[in-house]
Amino acid sequence: MQKLLLLGDEAIAQGAIDAGLSGVYAYPGTPSTEITEYIQASKEAKERNIRSNWSANEKTAMESAIGMSYAGKKALVCMKHVGLNVAADAFVNAAITGANGGLVVLSADDPSMHSSQNEQDSRFYGKFAMIPVMEPSNQQEAYDMTRYAFALSEKFGTPVLIRVTTRLAHSRAGVQRLEVLHQNDLHLPSNLKQFVLLPAIARKQYNQLLGKQSQFEADALTSGYNQLIEKDNHKLGIVACGLAYNYLIENFEDHEVPYPVLKVGQYPVPHDLVGKLYDQVDEMLVLEDGYPMFEELLKGYLNKGKKIMGRLDGTIPMAGELNPNIVAHALGISVNEGHKKPDVIQGRPPSLCDGCSHTDSFLSLNEALTNFSSGRVFSDIGCYTLSALKPLESINSCVDMGASITMAIGAADAGLVPAVASIGDSTFTHSGMTGLLDAVNNNSPIVVMILDNSTTGMTGGQQSSALGKIDNICLGLGVHPDHIRVITPLRRNHEENVKVITEELNYQGVSVIIARRECIQTLGRRMKLKSMQKMESNN
Amino acid sequence: MKKDIILAGVGGQGILTIATVIGTAALIEGLQLKQAEVHGMSQRGGDVQSHLRLSSKSIASDLIPEGKADLVISVEPMESLRYVNMMNKETGWLITSMNPFINIPEYPSLEELLAEIWKLPRNVTIDAEKVAKDMGSVKAANIVVLGAASPYLEIKFESLEKAIENIFAKKGESIIQMNLNALRAGREMADKRS
Repeated sequence: MQKLLLLGDEAIAQGAIDAGLSGVYAYPGTPSTEITEYIQASKEAKERNIRSNWSANEKTAMESAIGMSYAGKKALVCMKHVGLNVAADAFVNAAITGANGGLVVLSADDPSMHSSQNEQDSRFYGKFAMIPVMEPSNQQEAYDMTRYAFALSEKFGTPVLIRVTTRLAHSRAGVQRLEVLHQNDLHLPSNLKQFVLLPAIARKQYNQLLGKQSQFEADALTSGYNQLIEKDNHKLGIVACGLAYNYLIENFEDHEVPYPVLKVGQYPVPHDLVGKLYDQVDEMLVLEDGYPMFEELLKGYLNKGKKIMGRLDGTIPMAGELNPNIVAHALGISVNEGHKKPDVIQGRPPSLCDGCSHTDSFLSLNEALTNFSSGRVFSDIGCYTLSALKPLESINSCVDMGASITMAIGAADAGLVPAVASIGDSTFTHSGMTGLLDAVNNNSPIVVMILDNSTTGMTGGQQSSALGKIDNICLGLGVHPDHIRVITPLRRNHEENVKVITEELNYQGVSVIIARRECIQTLGRRMKLKSMQKMESNN
Repeated sequence: MKKDIILAGVGGQGILTIATVIGTAALIEGLQLKQAEVHGMSQRGGDVQSHLRLSSKSIASDLIPEGKADLVISVEPMESLRYVNMMNKETGWLITSMNPFINIPEYPSLEELLAEIWKLPRNVTIDAEKVAKDMGSVKAANIVVLGAASPYLEIKFESLEKAIENIFAKKGESIIQMNLNALRAGREMADKRS
C-alpha cells in the first residue's frame, strides 16, 4: 500500500479504522478535532458503518464509548486535554470496570497553550487511573500505536490512553498502513456484573486493576515502544519521551546521538530499562513535552542519587513546549542564530471575523451595560472569548466550559446584580444547561446571553448539539417564557437589541436572550457548496 | 537534498495551499516531508505559520530549528519579518508578497516594512495581488508567491505544475489553468529579477 500523507490526528483516525473500530465518540477541541472529522469523512468508515456523530460533551462521549466497549466492540473517544477533566469521572471509573471491547481514549495536550487555557499533561491522568499510556513520537507511531492500543486494551481488559501534543496532532508526514482488521461482533462481558461498581464489586475490580500493573509494565518492556539505545559515551544518559526524541536527534549529524538514550513511548516505563540506563551513566537528562512527570519520578522526593537534569532544575524552562533549540541548549550544543527580528513588527492576535454575529451581540450588550459599573460579564469558551480583547473588551471571565452561567450565579449571590453570562450554543449544551437549571432553582438575577451561531465555531464549524433546540431547552429547564427573548444580532437591529437587553437587565430573575445568527464562516461555506451544486446540476 | 521552509501569512490567506502544492510536488519527486501546521484559534485573522521540511533523508523534528530555515515564503510583508530569526543567516532567502493585510490598528507603514525586508542579504519582493489579478483572480496571490519562490525550492517546476493539476482537479479546468498561470507569472517575475 502507498504511503498516505497524514496529520498526526489523521494517522490516529486511520489507525483506529484499520484496527477494526466500530465507533468514535468526541466533542470538538483543538488539537484533537481532526481525528473525528477524518473518520466522519472516510469512505471506508462509512462502508464499515463506524458511528462518528459529535457528542454533547467529553463526558457523554466517554460514557458512550464505555457502553460500546461493554457490548464488545472497539470504541475510540477523543478530546483535548481539558476535555479529559470533563470526562474524568467516567474515565477514572472505566479503569475500574475495565474494558470488554477495545477501549482507547485519546487526549491531545496543548503545551504552550496555542488554543487552550492551560498546559496540563494527560499522562498524569493515565497514571492516576493506573492504565497504560501510549505516547507516539511521529505520525507512523501514531498510526501503529493506535492499533496496538486496541490490542493491548483487549488483551488486558483495560482502557488505554493515547497522549499526543499539538505539534504531532497538527503535523503531516508519510504513514504506511497495515492490513485492515475485522470489527468485533456484539459480545457482552462474561461477567455481567463487571460494570456494576457497587463497593463490593468495585473493590474486587480495583484489586484486579492493581494486579494488572506489573503486566502493564512487562508489556511496556516487550512491545518495542520503549527502547534503550546503547552508546559508548557514558557521561550522560538521556530519557526522551514521545516527540522529545525527534528534537533530541535533530541536534546530531545523521541523527546519531553519542550518549545512550531511552526512547519512551509506553507507560508505565519499565524499571529494568531505566535502571540499566541509570547505572551506566554519570548524569541524566530527561526530555518530555509537558510537565516534568517522569523527571520527578526518576528524581524521587529527596533527590539523593545522580544528577538529573530537566525542567525541575531549570535546564529546560518549566513552561511551554519543547523545540530543537531548547533541547540543544540543554545539551550544551551551540545553535544557529537567524537575523534579528526588527522592532517594526506588531503583534497580530486572532480576532472575530468581519461580519461575525458575536460582534453585533457584544456591541449591543456593551451599550446596554453603560449604565452599570463594569466587570459583570462572565463568559465562556469559544470564538466569542475574543471579545475580551480590543476593540470590544466586553467580557471578564473565561474559565471552563459552562462556567459563565454558574459564575454569574455566584457573583449575583455575592451582590453583583445584574450579572451577565455570555455562552455559545454548543458550549451551552456541552455544560451550560445544568448551570441554567441551578439559576432557575435559585431565581438568580442574571441575564444569560446564548450566542447562537448554530455551529461549533472556534474548532472550524462542527455540527452543534444545540442546533434547533435551545428555546425548548430553556423552557424545559423552567425559564419563564416572557424572559426568553430571541434577537437577531445585526447592525441594523442594534437599537432594538439594546432595548431588549436593557429590559432583561432590569428584571429580577433569570433571563435568557438568544442572539441567533449563523456563523459567517459556515454560511459562506454553505453558499459556496450550494452554488457549486447548482453549477453541476446545470451542466 | 534538504530544504527547510517557513510559510507565513495571516489566517485565511492560503499558506496551507502553498504547503500542499510544495508537499505534493515533493512526493512526486520521491522526497520525504514533514509539515507542521497551525489550526485553531490563530486561524481567526491571527498570524499563522507552517514549518515545511523536505529531505532525501529521514526527517526528525516537525519544527525547523531557529536559524536553520533555507526559505521564508510569505504572503504578507509584515508576517515575513516575523520569522527572520528562523532563517539561516548565511544562505537563507526571504520571498514575500508586498501586499499588506491590515487588520490591526498599529500596522506599520509599508515603506518601513520594505526597508527592513530589503536590508536582508537575499530577498525577493513581489506585488503578488497585481500579478494574480492580471491572471484572473486576486485569490491566486498565494500561488504567485509560490511561483516567485520556485527557483529556490530545488524542486522541478514541472512537479509544481503537476501538483497544482492534482490538487485543483476537483475544481475544474478553469481554476487549474488560472493557478498554473499564476504560478508561471510568479516564476517569471523571479527570473526577471535575477
